[in-house]
Amino acid sequence: MHVTITVNGRQRTEDVEPRLLLAHFLRDVCGLTATNIGCDSTSCGACTVIVDGLTVKSCTVLAVQSEGAQVTTCEGLAAPDGTLHPVQEAFRTEHGLQCGFCTPGMVMASIGVLADNPDPTDREVREGLEGNLCRCTGYHNIVRAVRTAAQAGPSAGRVPQTQEVHS
Amino acid sequence: MSILGTRVVRTEDPLFLTRGAVYTDDLADPRLAGALHATIVRSTVAHGQVLSVDTSAALEAPGVVAVVTAADLTGLDPLPAGAPNVNQAMTRPWLAADTVRFVGDMVAVVLTEERYQGEDAAELVVVDIDPLPAVIGTEAAARDDVLLFPEAGTNVVAALGGPAPEDLFDGCEVVVTQRVVNQRVAPVPLETRAASAVWGEDGRVTVFCSNQGAQQAKGQIAGWLGLDPALVHLVTPDVGGGFGAKIGADPEFALVVWLAQHVGRAVRWSESRSENLLGMVHGRAQDQVVTVGGSRDGTITAYSLEIDQDSGAYPRFGPVLPGLTMLMAPGTYAFPRVHARARALATSTTSIGAYRGAGRPEATAAVERAVDLFAAEIGMDPADVRRKNLVPAFDTPFTTATGAVYDSGDYTAALDRVLAAAGYEQLRAEQAACRARGDVRQLGIGMACYVEITGANTGFGTVEEAELEVHADGTATVLTGTSPHGQGHATTWAMIASDQLGIPVEKITVLHGDTDRVPRGGGTMGSRSLQQGGAAVHQAAGELVALAKKRAAELLEANPEDLVVDLAAAGLAVRGTPGTGISFADLAAEEQLLVHTTFSAAAPTFPFGAHLVVVETDVESGKAQVVRIVTVDDAGTIVNPLLADGQRHGGIAQGVAQALLEEVLYDPDGNPQTSTLADYPFVSATELPDFELVEMATPTRMNPLGAKGIGEAGTIGSTPAVQNAVVDSVAHLGVRHIDMPATPMRVWRAVQQAQQEGN
Amino acid sequence: MIPAPFEYVRASSVEEALAALAEHGEDAKLIAGGHSLLPIMKLRLAVPSVLVDISGIRELSYVRVDGDGADAVVAIGALTRHHELETSDVARAEVGLLPHVAGRVGDPQVRHRGTLGGTVAHCDPASDLPTALLALGGDVVLAGPGGRRTVPVTEFFLGFFETAMDDGEMIVELRVPRLGDAGWGYEKFTRRENDWPIVAAAAVAGRDGGAARVALANMAGTVLRATATEQALAGGASIAEAAALAAEGTSPTSDMHADAEYRSHLARLLTRRALETATTPISVAA
Ligand SMILES: Cc1cc2nc3c(=O)[nH]c(=O)nc-3n(C[C@H](O)[C@H](O)[C@H](O)COP(=O)(O)OP(=O)(O)OC[C@H]3O[C@@H](n4cnc5c(N)ncnc54)[C@H](O)[C@@H]3O)c2cc1C
Ligand code: FES
Ligand code: FES
Repeated sequence: MHVTITVNGRQRTEDVEPRLLLAHFLRDVCGLTATNIGCDSTSCGACTVIVDGLTVKSCTVLAVQSEGAQVTTCEGLAAPDGTLHPVQEAFRTEHGLQCGFCTPGMVMASIGVLADNPDPTDREVREGLEGNLCRCTGYHNIVRAVRTAAQAGPSAGRVPQTQEVHS
Repeated sequence: MSILGTRVVRTEDPLFLTRGAVYTDDLADPRLAGALHATIVRSTVAHGQVLSVDTSAALEAPGVVAVVTAADLTGLDPLPAGAPNVNQAMTRPWLAADTVRFVGDMVAVVLTEERYQGEDAAELVVVDIDPLPAVIGTEAAARDDVLLFPEAGTNVVAALGGPAPEDLFDGCEVVVTQRVVNQRVAPVPLETRAASAVWGEDGRVTVFCSNQGAQQAKGQIAGWLGLDPALVHLVTPDVGGGFGAKIGADPEFALVVWLAQHVGRAVRWSESRSENLLGMVHGRAQDQVVTVGGSRDGTITAYSLEIDQDSGAYPRFGPVLPGLTMLMAPGTYAFPRVHARARALATSTTSIGAYRGAGRPEATAAVERAVDLFAAEIGMDPADVRRKNLVPAFDTPFTTATGAVYDSGDYTAALDRVLAAAGYEQLRAEQAACRARGDVRQLGIGMACYVEITGANTGFGTVEEAELEVHADGTATVLTGTSPHGQGHATTWAMIASDQLGIPVEKITVLHGDTDRVPRGGGTMGSRSLQQGGAAVHQAAGELVALAKKRAAELLEANPEDLVVDLAAAGLAVRGTPGTGISFADLAAEEQLLVHTTFSAAAPTFPFGAHLVVVETDVESGKAQVVRIVTVDDAGTIVNPLLADGQRHGGIAQGVAQALLEEVLYDPDGNPQTSTLADYPFVSATELPDFELVEMATPTRMNPLGAKGIGEAGTIGSTPAVQNAVVDSVAHLGVRHIDMPATPMRVWRAVQQAQQEGN
Repeated sequence: MIPAPFEYVRASSVEEALAALAEHGEDAKLIAGGHSLLPIMKLRLAVPSVLVDISGIRELSYVRVDGDGADAVVAIGALTRHHELETSDVARAEVGLLPHVAGRVGDPQVRHRGTLGGTVAHCDPASDLPTALLALGGDVVLAGPGGRRTVPVTEFFLGFFETAMDDGEMIVELRVPRLGDAGWGYEKFTRRENDWPIVAAAAVAGRDGGAARVALANMAGTVLRATATEQALAGGASIAEAAALAAEGTSPTSDMHADAEYRSHLARLLTRRALETATTPISVAA
């Protein structure tokens, strides 16, 4: 069936199987492979993207359930000139990533944490990221990165409002 | 100032953070366009006779191109037993024809046009299995009443060491013995396994797969399939974590290569997490008996460690692990008499392989538990017992009772530093107050001293190669045989080259993992990379400077001895004559400026440290929460503290995970109970505190960088420190030991039992 | 892992949803947040042939006070997401236990999708919000081919994944009595913060020690009230004495996290703690 979803500011209409998961829509149909799949039980958060302003695990949403939605993935965060989003920047400076597999989902979840709470404590960051698993970092530097990003002000909790409509 | 030792942020990150790393399943290589998707049908029965595999319905399903079973795999020898020291009758079939030996054993492969069709069709393959009794646990395996490989005549895969001398504990005032379980855990790199293969018209196959060392993986694939290695081109894309479990190739990868040839099309495979938890090796899985004897003044004179290693259904690296455990049995202690012995056993479970630390955490966990048990028995502070028995500081090699040759160490200093940083006296005072008040939440203080072997020769020597080329545009390329999958070699190797050449880190590209470009290499495992691969880059940079001097001397008509490196100019200058030099780039413009070198380490290195952990245990529910972790991890000279600390963090977290949470469980019939991440309690951010890292650096002489391994240290130290802390939190209630993971139920029950026994 | 194929129908009103259910009969399943249904469909433990998507019926997402004076209740639309409930000012002011518990369900991403109607309909024995609802009391409002009907929460959860809802019906609203000055406590016992409870206890009690209600998660095939505890309290027992009876009448299972004996211990411990919180004079509402 047909579904129209705006991904990173670009509206796309595609003919998909109803059972297609949003995560596979992003990866296989849109070719946006930053969004990863790390489990099949909605546990790991590697697939986290922002749908209409809220973080969701895209492995547990059907593409057809996202009809008309605005979806932002990690590819949609940096400015066109390459300037990193404050959360991306902080992940880099604080060494908040190693193998990088959890990272796109972790970055999106972190933006969600900061959207709800612009200046979280360590504990609040940890609780806000409880749905995202990382095997490499022990979370220490991820928590640091979110705290550092918060210093950038409210922009750290926002996704870019790119309205470029290609087709 | 040298760039070495500074916190350089990673050059690989901007791409990882924007378009994401490119893992095997992300590849958009044009050769893989239109590739078939492989879906593996696995046994749902732990042990049984395969009566039939009916593929007819699957063959009719949409998109199905082929369904392959054992009958199709003619001409392939079974996979050999994974290590030389094991019972060679224990070979593994590619696809089970007669017998399945664990839930997850491969039975058939479905090839479909689309990924989604594979799962639909795989459901239609009907596998009829007549169940046999499962063999779960080493005790059951050792009884040998059900044999996994009847032709082997036993479930014993390998035996190491002899019986203990009868007089081992003679003269000891106090002898304590304890059965200790080092439970089976799942490595769970966040990227599951994936592979794809495409055969070219030139008769060569290109294989992309997620691994920790392309050259080894290539060798295995070629060997198993009987292919000329020259025909195999293996490429390692970005890898989403390995932790030992991605060392070498897995049979699935080779199967993909075979399938691509069989159907004459590119084939790709990537497993789901559920499949990963069954199919990828698990780690640890040792049942140990520790016995420790000594005198009431705290001196330990004898120590014995007996190990039953569960090696899973098909022996792989598992039987090698207890060898490392035995070698490292006495750890940091100067016990005069040490005995260690092991046997490995086959069970109807997933195979055991390497997992962060691989054999050494098991040694440390055993001895650190033993020392605490001894301290509890004689009523002495565990820190004092440790101080009394630690090997004194040394900077010339020290040979242990089990024959390990430690390079350098100061274990007492490490312990003292961690205790001081944690405020040990104060903590003990707080604990006493908690106990006196009878608080619901009780403090537990646990410590562990460790030493481990890194850069060990596991069959490929202690060597690594590097190639370094400076280009005319001022950039440089490093080729390395190590295989980063999160460790940041692209940055660190560039720093090492930059340090001697002055070429900025951003202009140095580090390449690895392509066997056509880097034919030889040892990969990344056993904390070997910096001390061997990094040292090779260091050596290459030195050789490149020497070569440049020779060339420049001719060009500048100067004496090579008068030429010095001008780091600011990324080139050479004539000593004392400013403005006369030539850059490496200009030299490269004249003639290719390239060196290829092999670094050979004198011996493995032995990083060490001490961890202190504070837990709070709710004694009514039994739930323990880690509130502080303070660590000293001495890995010699640190090249990039930002990344070295990251390695410590990740390692520490995995130790906490094993001590408190994670365990792979099977029911008595061999059905896995933890086959999704909903059931396997992978440690999350809320279960961990911030880590307090204390610095200490004792350089080694085994390589010019002075570096020891850091990748596994955190895990080795934190695991027993957490376990000891949990036991300590309820020690005043009469508890002496709690096995890992120290789940709330276990802790609660230990308290109940101790109190019943106390009454 | 991916679900088996199905046909997908998007419903934009309760009427459309009911019509689709009527048309497709037993093979059809409603999908709201999808956070219970899709995980089991991916594992192919559920294979509905038609999915009726009600997540777009946004008019079923609300939290409001309905009625006046003593009869006023808090009405919550079935499609209210956990996150909306957690952050609702009305809910916080009137039924503090519910938003608190909503905030303890899963992780933020799960709370952004999961709905109150979905968790009540799914009726998992370990689910948090049904436990809280049992302690609060109130009604489930169902819409069906024959119109609407109301079932008391206490009669809704019948057994293992089994409710009083008939085929062809759907939940449209939950009606919960306002707490007034009654206190509450919630104790969720997990190994990791974001886990499902091994056992949970919800308590609602008058501050003066008046009639109290206690509900338990994961102590039987479905969430249930700790009636022995409630009766003891009504008969004047202390919290400690009453809580000691919390496991009576339950039938906990043994699994890898906990065996039945330990679960019973937890039920007693958590009931005591929840009651202590509920009767502590200071409001602990988040
Ligand atoms: C990772 C994870 C962790 C979780 N942790 C917890 C936890 O800690 N505690 C907890 O309690 N829950 C937890 N949940 C479950 C979560 O609360 C679910 O969102 C909830 O159980 C189901 O709500 P839903 O809207 O997603 O329902 P769906 O998945 O859409 O539907 C579930 C079932 O209810 C039916 N249904 C849905 N809406 C209606 C309706 N209005 N009328 C009739 N039938 C309906 C569907 O047909 C289906 O059978 C977790 C879920 C996940 C994925
Ligand atoms: S892939 Fe979505 S939560 Fe793991
Ligand atoms: S960086 Fe590897 S999983 Fe998080």
